[in-house]
Amino acid sequence: MKLHSKFGKTYFLPIKTIAVLSIFLSVIVLMSFSFKNGSTTTKNKIINKDSVESVRAFMDVYKVLMSPRCMNCHPAGDVPLQGDDSHIHTMLPQRGKDGKGIYAMKCMNCHQPTNLEGLNKPPGNPNWHLPPATMKMVFEGRTPNQLAKQIINPKTNGNKTLQQLIEHADDGLVKAGWNMGEGRTVPPMSHEEFKKAWITWIKTGAYAPKQ
Amino acid sequence: MITLNINKKNYNVDVDPETPLLWVLRDVINLVGTKYGCGMAQCGACVVHLNGEAVRSCVTKVSRAVGQKVVTIEGLSEKNDHPLQKAWIELDVPQCGYCQSGQIMSAAVLLRENKNPADKDIDAAMAGNICRCGTYLRIRDAIKLAADKQRKGI
Repeated sequence: MKLHSKFGKTYFLPIKTIAVLSIFLSVIVLMSFSFKNGSTTTKNKIINKDSVESVRAFMDVYKVLMSPRCMNCHPAGDVPLQGDDSHIHTMLPQRGKDGKGIYAMKCMNCHQPTNLEGLNKPPGNPNWHLPPATMKMVFEGRTPNQLAKQIINPKTNGNKTLQQLIEHADDGLVKAGWNMGEGRTVPPMSHEEFKKAWITWIKTGAYAPKQ
Repeated sequence: MITLNINKKNYNVDVDPETPLLWVLRDVINLVGTKYGCGMAQCGACVVHLNGEAVRSCVTKVSRAVGQKVVTIEGLSEKNDHPLQKAWIELDVPQCGYCQSGQIMSAAVLLRENKNPADKDIDAAMAGNICRCGTYLRIRDAIKLAADKQRKGI
């Protein structure tokens, strides 16, 4: 601390105190940039922020993702769900490491590359599988807040960037949700409406609802 | 005309590509060891191997098998001496027998991928094969016996 004298008065200029305060202030300012109130934590680049529109769009997305056609293959356990009431899949087929089943109970042993005609016949897709054991991507039981954060985080979304997430709306297995064969209720909006809500959610900042 | 490789032998069959493989096996090629149970992949009586996987032939279109290797119960072993077949006879597993070819074909995939299956592995692997006679406990014992035979090479 230096001793100053002006107009005959002597006082101390607290240079060290000012320096310490400046450092604290800088840290606070920097930290304020790294916490985004209400938005998801992600390494992905966010585009045009609009938290209200983003959350509204996600709530539409959420309705689809929690419908049986999507949620049944994103179970909380290691056995898929089945039917419009999302009961545990009969025969208890297990996820397996790669999400494609185990031993004599692999998904494609029953699920063919295409749907089969008739009620209660196994629906089909060439890429039928659950998420792998290393990244289960659970939908069942997730709140909108939890699911939004899970989807936007590359560590829990299959290592997808925002651009890859946008493209995922047209993934073959995602679109199959609207064509699961006779007797199965389709998601609560068209794929086109879903895709629009999905992209709006992401492009307006991929905000997570509070609840 | 469709060419199928079944039990290491080629067959030319004149069938609609949409026909279930089971129909072709039983009605066209006369390999009747594989059974029809439910016709909708619910029971496991019709299990055959398609490139080594235990597919349900009642819902597998024959077109999926073109250019692939199909093995039925008749082709599981040269002399009916697969460890599972030996164990099945030794423990007298079947009662009515209708589901047993499917049971053995499913168990064969389990034993190929797990040389020493525990009860939980057997239950998980065999959960899709149902048996109206309730031979499940003998099936489980026979799979363990077959695993033992397989490890000892007998």
